[in-house]
Amino acid sequence: MHLLKDDSAANGLSSSALVERVPAQEFSADLAPSMDHLDQLEAQSIYIFREAFGRLKKIALLWSLGKDSNVMIWLARKAFFGRLPFPALHVDTGKKFPEMYRFRDHYGKEWDLDLRVEPCPPIDAVDPTLPPAARSAARKTEGLKMALGKYGFDGLIAGIRRDEEATRAKERVFSPRGLEGNWDVRDQPPEFWDHFNASPPQGAHLRIHPILHWTESDIWAYTKRENIPIIPLYLSQNGKRYRSLGDQDITNPVASNASNIDEILIELEQTKVPERSGRALDHETEDAFERLRVAGYL
Amino acid sequence: MNMIVTPASPATPNGTTRPQVRIVIVGHVDHGKSTLVGRLLHETGSLPDGKLEMLKAVSARRGMPFEWSFLLDALQTERDQGITIDTTQIRFRTNSRDIVLIDAPGHAEFLRNMITGASQADGAVLIIDALEGVRDQTRRHGYLLHLLGVKQVAVVVNKMDRVDFSAERFNEISDEISAHLQGLGVKPTAVIPISARDGDGVAERTDRIGWYKGPTVVEALDRLEPARPLEALALRLPVQAIYKFDDRRIVAGRIESGSLVAGDEIVIMPAGKIAKIKTVESWPVTPVAGRQGAGRSVGITLDRELFVERGDIIAHTTSAPRETRRLRARIFWLHDKPLAKGDQLLVRCGPKESRATVVAIEKAVDPGELSSVENKAIGRNHVGEIDISLSNSIATDPYTENPRTGRIVIEVSGRIAGGGLVLSVDAGQRALPVDIVPVESALRPDERSARYQHNGAVVWLTGLPASGKSTLAKALERRLFSNGGSPILLDGDTLRAGLNSDLGFSTADRSENIRRLAEVATHLARNGHIAIVAAVSPAREDRATARRIADTSFREIHVATPAEICEERDPKGHYKKARAGALQSFTGILNDYETPQAAELVIDTSRRTVAEAADEIEQMLKTTGVLFDEVVDLAANI
Repeated sequence: MHLLKDDSAANGLSSSALVERVPAQEFSADLAPSMDHLDQLEAQSIYIFREAFGRLKKIALLWSLGKDSNVMIWLARKAFFGRLPFPALHVDTGKKFPEMYRFRDHYGKEWDLDLRVEPCPPIDAVDPTLPPAARSAARKTEGLKMALGKYGFDGLIAGIRRDEEATRAKERVFSPRGLEGNWDVRDQPPEFWDHFNASPPQGAHLRIHPILHWTESDIWAYTKRENIPIIPLYLSQNGKRYRSLGDQDITNPVASNASNIDEILIELEQTKVPERSGRALDHETEDAFERLRVAGYL
Repeated sequence: MNMIVTPASPATPNGTTRPQVRIVIVGHVDHGKSTLVGRLLHETGSLPDGKLEMLKAVSARRGMPFEWSFLLDALQTERDQGITIDTTQIRFRTNSRDIVLIDAPGHAEFLRNMITGASQADGAVLIIDALEGVRDQTRRHGYLLHLLGVKQVAVVVNKMDRVDFSAERFNEISDEISAHLQGLGVKPTAVIPISARDGDGVAERTDRIGWYKGPTVVEALDRLEPARPLEALALRLPVQAIYKFDDRRIVAGRIESGSLVAGDEIVIMPAGKIAKIKTVESWPVTPVAGRQGAGRSVGITLDRELFVERGDIIAHTTSAPRETRRLRARIFWLHDKPLAKGDQLLVRCGPKESRATVVAIEKAVDPGELSSVENKAIGRNHVGEIDISLSNSIATDPYTENPRTGRIVIEVSGRIAGGGLVLSVDAGQRALPVDIVPVESALRPDERSARYQHNGAVVWLTGLPASGKSTLAKALERRLFSNGGSPILLDGDTLRAGLNSDLGFSTADRSENIRRLAEVATHLARNGHIAIVAAVSPAREDRATARRIADTSFREIHVATPAEICEERDPKGHYKKARAGALQSFTGILNDYETPQAAELVIDTSRRTVAEAADEIEQMLKTTGVLFDEVVDLAANI
């Protein structure tokens, strides 16, 4: 497990530690190794990445620095043989945890990312009728729209998962957004047999969700198996850890003693507390999240 | 830490060793589907803590009695409307299975979403209201499950409490639905009496259904077989992309069936070219030595440079898919506008796409009626059997031989409008690949270019009949030859007299004519010659094919002489004959010439002399790196 605990630890990580060269595993010549659950998830995500890269003109990956988007970057590098052949976009609220910024600066270089950091507008520019935390999150949506306008991406790769939150369960893998970045949940194109609708209307864009079919446990099991670096805030300190990382002022830790990934996996097997319970914006009003999603929030 | 495949460990709790089964629950909108799902989640202990209490509180706040279906109606919009509106995925566990439930709404107008969900299912639960019995929509769902190849169907007869748990009523419904499903070739795995609201028959055989001896719903789900292994089938690797990030040329795609390993001899269909797999590339470890099976997303390199493109299918030489330009498919239609004979479509088969025309509609069925209503068109949410003619040949299999490559998706205006299963293919001329071993030239490319002072190229002159293509082509040939080059003229009409004498002027034959011209010209270009092709080539897509084949050596010249002047010239008398009706399919008076949009050069011969036009072409060939510029060469020598 790679952890970025502080600067000194970061300096101690050489790039060779990240790209381990393990001798190729020998298999019997006439039998392919069977695919386990993680292999299947990985193969599906790689397929989606390659479709997005091949069928859209200008795409970017939304890098939130969290566990899910780090898994996404890893999967993209698998899909493209070590590279991320499009920009990684960080829409920065300026209010992330210091550990997250350290992680971004370190691995942005380490992974040779074409990193684009885009700021968000001041809070005054955001719909004042939203509850405080939702308003803060809506700011990020505005920042995203500004970045879209600046670069003209026709596809944004986002690390949302169906199991996170009820509205996300309704999502498509290739999900068209309106000209305002909005999501029309009632008029989604059919999507089956891994055929994706890759033609956004003129001026609109697509959200592509390569890990839509993963669960929180899958993310951790894969992070462990592949040795993907994580931000240490996910691990327990003084009886608390973060299950989900957002802005400092609207994200709270949960009670936990899980101090490594194995313990997180055991905890997840037992817990029935939702993953985003530490995210204030999900709980302000019954429909706050739905409203944000329709307006273009991830 | 092992970076490759690790077996499931106890610390990896996501059931890596448990078979995963995907199911869909379908039925009439009011027959209690959502109630059953809510109850199943509760009975299998799959609800998050407090969720039930939270929903009960929400119900109380809204002044509504709590219902199990609220569990699914997580969206505010849904609660307002009172029905589930889309496909949702929900997970729970039985004793020996991880179940992924794809919830599918019942309203007919949301049928397309049901198909989205049902298409991925290994098994299905069909739900029927004991009071109402088998309804139109029940039949339609049964038929669609059959259509989508879902073979394992468990039937639940819900709301048994409303019929006093009558065994007689249950048997009546059981007989009716069993007969219906068997008529479709589907034998129900179980027919189960339940009350989803009260819990009878869901996880427990209660006294109230004491007369029933079969499995409960949970037990029936536990017995579902996961999808059959695709690895046992012939290798099918549809090409998703070719990557040249570094000095490797990696052919990337997902193995849909079968398996492969470095050293395998493979054939690239539909072209039928043969090569060997040199390496299987990966990251972070590469190359990988092991055999790769169905489901893996892989990248391979080949032992020779062959033209491979997205949509090709890589197979073993002994078990290649069929190449075809024509297929029969059983389809379901989701588009507002009914599908009719003669309609132009885009057909996708894996990553391959081809324009297509509906040649015939053999059946058009309303799944609720199960009778062939009309044969002229297939309406929205209806199904049918159609014959499709494709403008590019594709490699495919009947779905009975390969469920992955034997299915197609149909697009109209860039949006998925339907899907279906390939019933049969008319094999093309090249049904079996010939064992071709290309012989490489003894000369190196630079030896030729040093002599000719140019690189190989395909100069493609397109334009209306009598626009001046042949005249220009001959002038260019003379010019290049005089300068010591090696031009070769390929005139469309001349080749039609020999190589292409088996082809007529139908759309398909014209495409094939262009393909052959492009292949011959590309062969010449690869050997350092400048192939000058003069051909009307009216279809944009055909010219795009030629460009794909010739790749970077392609130079398109649009001879854009105005139509009136072409007709006035008419050196071969074709316009006159066509006007008199003696020439069918004559481009020029049919307005079927599709103007090039990105030609390297556009020349209007009515406004310049032949020599001026030849100058322009020569200049273009210089600036695009085909002809060596003497001045630059001189400068280099100083």
